[in-house]
Amino acid sequence: MEFSNDLAVDGNAVAGPLSEIFAVDVTSAQVSCDSCGAINSLAEQFAYVGGPGSVLRCADCMAVVARLVKTPDAVWLDLRGSAAWRIRVNS
Amino acid sequence: MKATDDIPQAEQIADTPPGILTARPIQWRRAKLHDSRMETRTARTLVFDVPGWTEHRAGQHVDIKLTAENGYTAQRSYSIASASAPGRLEITVQAISDGEVSPYLVETMAPGDELELRGPIGGWFQWTEQLTEPILLIGGGSGIVPLMAMLRERIRVDSNAPFRLLYVARTPDHIFYANELYSIGQSNSDVIIDRLYSRAGLPDDPRTPGRLGLEDIPRPTFGETGSTRVYVCGPSGFVEGATQLLQSGGHQPTAIRTERFGPT
Amino acid sequence: MAVFSRGFGGNRTPSDPRIPPGQYLTEDFPVLSAGPTPHVDLADWTLDISDVDGHRNTLSWDQLMDLPSEEFTADLHCVTKWTKLGTMWRGVPVETLLGGTQSDAEYAMIHSYGGYTTNLPIDDLLLGNAWVVFEYDGAALAPVHGGPARLLVPHLYLWKSAKWINGIELRRQDKLGFWEGFGYHAYGDPWREQRYEGD
Repeated sequence: MEFSNDLAVDGNAVAGPLSEIFAVDVTSAQVSCDSCGAINSLAEQFAYVGGPGSVLRCADCMAVVARLVKTPDAVWLDLRGSAAWRIRVNS
Repeated sequence: MKATDDIPQAEQIADTPPGILTARPIQWRRAKLHDSRMETRTARTLVFDVPGWTEHRAGQHVDIKLTAENGYTAQRSYSIASASAPGRLEITVQAISDGEVSPYLVETMAPGDELELRGPIGGWFQWTEQLTEPILLIGGGSGIVPLMAMLRERIRVDSNAPFRLLYVARTPDHIFYANELYSIGQSNSDVIIDRLYSRAGLPDDPRTPGRLGLEDIPRPTFGETGSTRVYVCGPSGFVEGATQLLQSGGHQPTAIRTERFGPT
Repeated sequence: MAVFSRGFGGNRTPSDPRIPPGQYLTEDFPVLSAGPTPHVDLADWTLDISDVDGHRNTLSWDQLMDLPSEEFTADLHCVTKWTKLGTMWRGVPVETLLGGTQSDAEYAMIHSYGGYTTNLPIDDLLLGNAWVVFEYDGAALAPVHGGPARLLVPHLYLWKSAKWINGIELRRQDKLGFWEGFGYHAYGDPWREQRYEGD
């Protein structure tokens, strides 16, 4: 069985909504995949958006590294598939 | 895809342009349409006045929010097309026939009308003048937009970095910024602009119209300022194809930055 | 303080009683996904049906094709606010698939190739309004729309109509699927606008 990624965009697509929670631009955050250990910037991960929520998947193994849902009064963030996020905050 | 067995060291992680990672909150700002021009019959460049906008890096994007009278809102992301300037930015929007936002931006919005935007967003897909190595830009369709910002920024800061643009569009009628690209190519010896057509081209084109192929991809160069850094932008399928060709053509995965557009 | 964009219409107020509250009509068939599109060979395709007592029945594609199927029309309502009326499908009613199972299951968890899950009360699968469909608009269902086979439960929001279905797990207790319990409503009735948890 094969999988095709034609619907994926990249992590840049979730940067705006994530900025509401993180208060900074996290596109350069280094995200470690809990499944395979690969470390990629958020911008390079695969993002599936437009459905009920956004799903961020590891660019190497496609496992879910994060999920984001925006409801009228809340933002839900699930980071279970990521072992770590590294976000630089000094210039 | 990257090799996963070598864990990047702290200094090697995120080979990003310096000085872009300030912890600056991103808030919604009011923007007013100042001017516009059609790039093709269905794509329009919108020039916004944005009070409080200081600067952006070429390659970054903004989130746009439209609010209707009944309170309904819609949001989309668009790459910034212009070089950095205080108080002003441009985006280029391709109208999608059944879209909710793009037909409004291309056909309805008039000078004086307002919307909200948030940004600049995107610390990864950027070119700044500190990068002096040769640059290869590959754009498919509306993927040209952030690459045009990079080209315009190079001109604005008077950089000497050699730039090469491969712009893949369906036909000459689909080309954005046609006149400007022509004059940039003519007046800058270190900037090479190649337009490649995938469906139909011009009568005297040496290249037969078709998708990007291995023979279209320049080999990486290894000069005194560094080896070629590549930026690819366009629909997901185009970006996947181009990335594979680049790697077959000898470009290292770490030298390639990509930005994928999705259906909007 | 909102900034209004003059002339931006966006949401059309539904005057058509077939359009649930808060939805707008589309002629398109938007494709939205939580992950990459699987491409499953029919020779490898299976539908795993597991019952509360541990009994398991696995259907092959040929076995699915041997079951009586029907052509029907349905309206689709996605929680992202688009509604598409009058779509044509062919599929096997879920009650036909679950024919031989126990009666003390109250809930079902639907599984898909690629890992997606969604949960439903068993009655929503058994009372004539749920199918495992394999044809859309007279042709084989394309992978991008959930082919070779997907669940279709048109009376609930479309996230319940799991694409690339490969399992029906019958349960005594409810267990929330991929979007339920992550902001979305456990049931999802578009006519009561049950989009989010707490609605």
